[in-house]
Amino acid sequence: MTMRAPASELPIVFTDVAIVAGDVTILDGINLFFSTGLPTILIGPNGAGKTTLLRAAMGLMPASRGRITWGGRETSEPVRRAIMFQRPAMLRRSAAGNVGYALAAAGMPRGERKTRTADLLALVGLQGLEARAARRLSGGEQQRLALARALVRDPAVLFLDEPTASLDPYATKAIEDIVRAVTTRGVKVVMSTHDLGQAKRLAGDIVLLHRGRLIESGPAKEFFEMPRTPEAGKFIAGELLD
Amino acid sequence: MRDLADISGTAMNGDVSALHLVLSGDPGLFAVVWLSLEVSLSAVLFAGLIGVPAGAFLALTQFRGREGVIVVLNALMGLPPVVVGLAIFLLLSRSGPLGSWGLLFTPQAMVIAQTVLVAPIIAALSRQTIEDLWVEYRDELAAMNIGPVTRIITLIWDARFSLVTALLAGFGRAAAEVGAIIIVGGNIDGFTRTMTTAIALETSKGDLPLAIGLGIVLIFIVIAINALAWAARRAGERYAG
Repeated sequence: MTMRAPASELPIVFTDVAIVAGDVTILDGINLFFSTGLPTILIGPNGAGKTTLLRAAMGLMPASRGRITWGGRETSEPVRRAIMFQRPAMLRRSAAGNVGYALAAAGMPRGERKTRTADLLALVGLQGLEARAARRLSGGEQQRLALARALVRDPAVLFLDEPTASLDPYATKAIEDIVRAVTTRGVKVVMSTHDLGQAKRLAGDIVLLHRGRLIESGPAKEFFEMPRTPEAGKFIAGELLD
Repeated sequence: MRDLADISGTAMNGDVSALHLVLSGDPGLFAVVWLSLEVSLSAVLFAGLIGVPAGAFLALTQFRGREGVIVVLNALMGLPPVVVGLAIFLLLSRSGPLGSWGLLFTPQAMVIAQTVLVAPIIAALSRQTIEDLWVEYRDELAAMNIGPVTRIITLIWDARFSLVTALLAGFGRAAAEVGAIIIVGGNIDGFTRTMTTAIALETSKGDLPLAIGLGIVLIFIVIAINALAWAARRAGERYAG
């Protein structure tokens, strides 16, 4: 399988973005810049707005205020963006059928789908499980299948919403290995997690959110060694944020 | 007037005669059975072609008054068959708006009546099934940039094993129905007589063996079709999850 170099999807720029649902402000005053390179990891307590930020960056939620651009464009059609949700829905098909469906949706000719499906399933370590009903796979296998499905569009940027939240250490390592592999192939990964150890292992950059606001962002090494804000210091120390 | 003992005695004798009728492959009985299946399965087919897409459309579309439409659709599941029969009768009668079609007292009229009865059941149950699946799939399909038509096709296809239940509910209604088809079909021997209308007629005439024989066959068919559908659903779920 080939991963093209990031093209027109990047950089993704948030300019003073707010997202409001009803009378609840989920994100407010977000200024962010996602560009090529190592993964950007979103961290923060529950309800910080990580999932909403990922959805907005994917183009699934419009900004209530401010502006989001993809490669300088304000279009929200996810051409070479892909997302894996925290609890991905498995289509009621086989594992190969799930990938094949996504390939068909991406416009791949029928004759080429079988080979590509096999490549993608091999990439995520699911070779041999092609015919298994997707919903009968284990939690870790379903996450990997969802990753394979997300990679169908040969994405320039891949959003992962707590992809290892309910997985054991082995399944978590498998996902992290895939993240590293796709990063090496030039895919920009933007991922949320609660696991600070995982953030340290994978992150090029860190974004800390709390109550819908961006608290701190920057290179992971600096963030963990010299946090600039008291909230970041407390979060790294495992203390509760007010 | 016969007393209760006479009637139950006749019924027991009827059981034996009915069994003989069924096992001997009585051509009259099987003509009635065949027509019943033809009418009910055709009605389920047409009602499915109308009800499933209509249910899917309702499940996926937001519009003003949608809740009201759902309430009405759910209420239509309990449409009284005689009222439907009367409405179709008025439509198809010589002086009715569709009288020129010449369908009254034909199997086609019976199919129309049963389609009208069954379509709301299939539509309402399909709407619920597909809406539940839509809640589950919505984000994934949006992320894959799936258009509205493909979305509906995907949801119907992926819900196909659950939709079998909706079709079976429709078939159950059609197979057991007598009020509408007796009005629009006329219960004409050899032409529009079905199992249910024949059972009603033969019981009123006191010919219990035939009524019981038809009853046995009707119950057997309903069980057989449900068993087949159940087996198909289990096999499909094993493959597709």
